[in-house]
Amino acid sequence: MRFYKELIKGLWTENPIFRLVLGMCPALAITTSVMNAIGMGLAATFVLICSNIAIAAVHNIVPSKVRIPCYIVIIATFVTVVDLLMNAYLHELHKSLGIFIPLIVVNCIILGRAEAFASKNGVWLSIADGIGMGIGFTLSLIVVSAIREILGNATLLGYAVGHYQVALLMVLPPGGFLTLGCLLALMNHIQAGMARRSGHAYVPPPTLDCRHCAICKWGE
Amino acid sequence: MNEPVEKTLPIAAKEPTWLASSSPHAHSGDSVRKIMLTVIIALMPALAAAGIFFGWDALRLTGVCIVSCVAAEAATRKLMRRDKGIGDLSAVVTGLLLAFNLPPALPSWMAVVGSIVAIVIAKQFYGGLGYNPFNPALIGRVLLLISFPVAMTTWGPWQILSPAAGVDAITTATPLGLVKTTLGTGQPLPFVFDGDTILQFFMGAKNGCIGEVSVLALLIGGMYLLWRRCISWQVPVFYIGTVAVFATILWLADPTHNYNPLFHILTGGLVLGAFFMATDMVTTPVTKTGLMFFGIGCGVLTMVIRKWGGYPEGVSFAILIMNAFTPLLNRMTRPRVFGHGQKKKQA
Repeated sequence: MRFYKELIKGLWTENPIFRLVLGMCPALAITTSVMNAIGMGLAATFVLICSNIAIAAVHNIVPSKVRIPCYIVIIATFVTVVDLLMNAYLHELHKSLGIFIPLIVVNCIILGRAEAFASKNGVWLSIADGIGMGIGFTLSLIVVSAIREILGNATLLGYAVGHYQVALLMVLPPGGFLTLGCLLALMNHIQAGMARRSGHAYVPPPTLDCRHCAICKWGE
Repeated sequence: MNEPVEKTLPIAAKEPTWLASSSPHAHSGDSVRKIMLTVIIALMPALAAAGIFFGWDALRLTGVCIVSCVAAEAATRKLMRRDKGIGDLSAVVTGLLLAFNLPPALPSWMAVVGSIVAIVIAKQFYGGLGYNPFNPALIGRVLLLISFPVAMTTWGPWQILSPAAGVDAITTATPLGLVKTTLGTGQPLPFVFDGDTILQFFMGAKNGCIGEVSVLALLIGGMYLLWRRCISWQVPVFYIGTVAVFATILWLADPTHNYNPLFHILTGGLVLGAFFMATDMVTTPVTKTGLMFFGIGCGVLTMVIRKWGGYPEGVSFAILIMNAFTPLLNRMTRPRVFGHGQKKKQA
């Protein structure tokens, strides 16, 4: 039961992109096509699961003063594995993801889960956490990239979806910020609605103030 | 903190004849609506000029922009549970300025997209009028320029009067675009820039966005704004002055590849930007010194983009970049509070 709970929390309640707002660098940079998003998401998921297992296994013997360097070494090892494997077997995808594959080392989600979850829990639960977070990350990237690819390139997974004037901006960096911002707003709106229906008060993220949002007024 | 003046009630002292109220005590009678109305009036000569030079297309696009801006403003305010005031006319000004920054042949639906982005994303998402860090109309224009580069740089045919060159030429580019592409291919300057051409450019018989072609009409509007004290003189003077100085240096250094400074002043959106965009009250510094630096920064950036950048015209990018510097300029030029801080020592 606990395994299942840890598994699904990454999909919605603790979704790394839309709820924790972690891993923004790949979420903005490589979401220009759905193929990129899937590749990036699965690569990060693999690293996340492996590093969660390794860190959960060794956290008792690592002195807490040097735990961050130790975690980084473990994460970097798996990232190198993914980097070399993708270069060998998925060379085109590897080329289009470029620097962002090695940058998984410093991805906040992976270090964040290591620090917040794997170092405090056993191997079994850490696997569930890694899978859940990884799938949540991948799905979020796919949502962002699908919007950007459809609007900015008139394709989805490389297949044409229609003949219309594309907005080039959507596949350029500003399009990433716009899409992500609008999706975050939508998520907050849905969360507020869910909280109201279940009778809880919704606490908006602390960085928002009344100038920017009217979430608390929506139900009136 | 941002309570309107009417709500700060006067505090009655013990003596009923004495009233103590918090400042401000005198009100100039200005309101957002009045200022916006002045700006709209000031833009009318340029709109008339656009009607003369581009005809029906310019008026269609202006109408589309104004209607969609006002509609987007009303809808967003309703959705966001803000007071449903479109009566302050600020959306009309945004719509007018956005239309003035678009080429006349642009499809209407693109203008609608630009208007929605300008109002919803650049203005209401940031908190509405007074909170937007960037000029909404320019955000709309830049988004369209980056999204639809072909449609945003498609112009009608236009005749260059250049008797000194012996022939009149027909082109479908703006003067700045023509110069950029010609010089880019290593050819000499495309036309002679002398008396007749200067007059032609000044009056507005050239290619360009709807509102930017007639420098004469824009100057009339700008003078009206200055006379009504809606804008301060620092930004237009230092903006255009910096461009003139920069262009003079380039011209003196290499007259075979640069036109004289008047070319840079009379072409593109410089006059429109200097009088109507870079003087926006919300997105520019509050102090006079800040405005001076703002104008200089805009001028330098405009010329750098025009001369070395990828786009032929840099006014909109220059103003948006300087908008980002506004809080910094405000902090840098904060006046000394009377009685506080160190006085400068007399030399």
